[in-house]
Amino acid sequence: MAFLEISGLKKRFGSLEILKGINLDLEKGGFLVLVGPSGCGKSTLLNTIAGLESITEGDIRVDGRSIADLHPSKRDIAMVFQSYALYPNMTVAGNIAFGMEMRGVPVEERNKAIDKVAKVLQIGHLLNRKPSQLSGGQRQRVAMGRALVRDPKLFLFDEPLSNLDAKLRVDMRIEIKRLHQATGTTIVYVTHDQIEAMTLATKIAVMRDGEVQQFGTPAEIYNNPANMFVADFMGSPAMNLLAGTIEKGASGLTVSLSRPQGEPIRLPVTAGNGALEAHTGREIVFGIRPEALTDPDGADRNAKALAESDCLIEVVEPAGSDTFAVTKLGGKEVVARLRADARIQAGQHARLAFNLDKAVFFDPQSQTRIA
Amino acid sequence: MSAVTSTLPSAASASRNRLFSRIFIYGLLVIFSIIYLMPLFVMLVTSFKTMDEIQNGNMLALPQSPTIEPWFKAWGQACVGLTCAGIKGYFWNSIKMVVPAVAISTIMGALNGYILTKWRFPGHTLVFGLMLFACFIPFQSVLLPMATILGSLGRFGATLRDQIGMSLGFGNPTVNLVTVHVVYGLGFTTLFFRNYYEAFPTELVKAAQVDGASFFQIFRRIMLPNSLPIIVVTVIYQFTNIWNDFLFASAYAGTGDSMPMTVALNNVVNTSTGVVEYNVNMAAAMIAALPTLLVYILAGRYFVRGLMAGAVKG
Repeated sequence: MAFLEISGLKKRFGSLEILKGINLDLEKGGFLVLVGPSGCGKSTLLNTIAGLESITEGDIRVDGRSIADLHPSKRDIAMVFQSYALYPNMTVAGNIAFGMEMRGVPVEERNKAIDKVAKVLQIGHLLNRKPSQLSGGQRQRVAMGRALVRDPKLFLFDEPLSNLDAKLRVDMRIEIKRLHQATGTTIVYVTHDQIEAMTLATKIAVMRDGEVQQFGTPAEIYNNPANMFVADFMGSPAMNLLAGTIEKGASGLTVSLSRPQGEPIRLPVTAGNGALEAHTGREIVFGIRPEALTDPDGADRNAKALAESDCLIEVVEPAGSDTFAVTKLGGKEVVARLRADARIQAGQHARLAFNLDKAVFFDPQSQTRIA
Repeated sequence: MSAVTSTLPSAASASRNRLFSRIFIYGLLVIFSIIYLMPLFVMLVTSFKTMDEIQNGNMLALPQSPTIEPWFKAWGQACVGLTCAGIKGYFWNSIKMVVPAVAISTIMGALNGYILTKWRFPGHTLVFGLMLFACFIPFQSVLLPMATILGSLGRFGATLRDQIGMSLGFGNPTVNLVTVHVVYGLGFTTLFFRNYYEAFPTELVKAAQVDGASFFQIFRRIMLPNSLPIIVVTVIYQFTNIWNDFLFASAYAGTGDSMPMTVALNNVVNTSTGVVEYNVNMAAAMIAALPTLLVYILAGRYFVRGLMAGAVKG
């Protein structure tokens, strides 16, 4: 049985349904990231787990016990808020110890716990300061310390890094990952940043409009997106989603992508895609990630199905570690990710390799995955 | 070249214009502050003059032989009605009324603001709207209904005294005034605190909930310690209003030993036993005004800052 189980969870405000039947589960020591655009209900879901918002239907179980009707303080959870929510009138030590104080833990025990957490987070020298005297990163650490000190069953993080600058965010991300590996705690983490989701999670739930679009490991979400929303949302630069047509030729199924000039590109579709055959002659959406569309020398040598084609390069963006090239296929701009030293120039034709192992196909109407 | 020569005189005339407008603005300010401060000046100098000097001298002149005799007389001997024991007793009456009234209305306003922003319930806007309405009710319109209520409270106190030997404060004029001022002030204090707490981060309350703090623990440990500016504003506002109130004081405690300072001052001035002792009257008025003056001087900085803080967000 899973450690955290959310089943059939619904949340309504009047007639407005914010969460439309959420089902999720997480093993002990897992790291679940709820990701989605703003307004998708991910923070509301976290608040219902914390008990800060009531639920309309469904159940939340932790370690086999339902916590849906318990007061937040009785749920054995700790939460790190987006604004850190440090009590401005108390010192760092006071902030960390406030929860223990409320539960009547004796002073010596409190001090011992504060010291332990301060050592883990390296905030020992800050204990007597007020939150207003701390930098953003230090506040973040204190907020985490306040959660850590309780040693709860479940940690909840509500966009904890969104108030930090870019460099500090990367540092704190690694810090959180290290902390998770070291302590083995179970974490539910809300973010709108898909890179945070990919790097931290053991399980990702991609949400939109109060529904879970896909729930799986980061690799599953990235490589096998269930629908066009997930494919588009996860990954940066985003997956190329192009209009194409499935055709049946002498050598089997092909997908045909129009070009601004000349003949459309025809790419062979790998065998074993019985589902695609049913779409012969129909429009589909062909999805390919920028890293699966590269210069022939940089292409994955282990790929089983590689196809090459000449494309007119419109823009070249050298990014240092890679070079991104923009071309036009299927009526849309397509980003290819090339090696940094690839010889390529805007306005000229270049040969690009399509790694069709990584290609995915969607139904343009229902936006769901075909193959 | 011509461009340079033409800009020079215009720059000079611009600075001359600025100088004139400065002189005009400051001149106006000085004139109005003189007009505004004149009564205070007259009161102050008169209170240090002897009666001879007042009767024969210029009102604006500084005292020739300054004396603090009038102040002592006002404090300890001036006649209020038939008793001639000065205004000191009434000064303490006012303190006894103001301190509990300000404390209770401030605490209750803070609680109301806390509930109206952090523990919202269906219809909270309506409740807040009704409380705001209390700010706009004219004093006169509550005089009679309040008198009826205080009257029945007094009868209840009399019954209590008959039954258990003490009235528990029911019917006591000071308690009555405290009640009136708390009820009347609640609209304002709630408004102040609600607007302040509206901008107060709700995540702090949520964090405290997760930490296991109860409703009142959150109020006492999180909300109140972070409310100093608005507490200062509310205390100044309430203190000034209640200390200076004359209408309620004269209506509900206008006679007897428990009348507040403002009513007593009026009686001092109206009590005529021969010569009108202007110096004593002025000294008594100064004494009556001192506490509010003191509160402003001590906490005035917070007053302006707090009013701004409440005004921007709300």
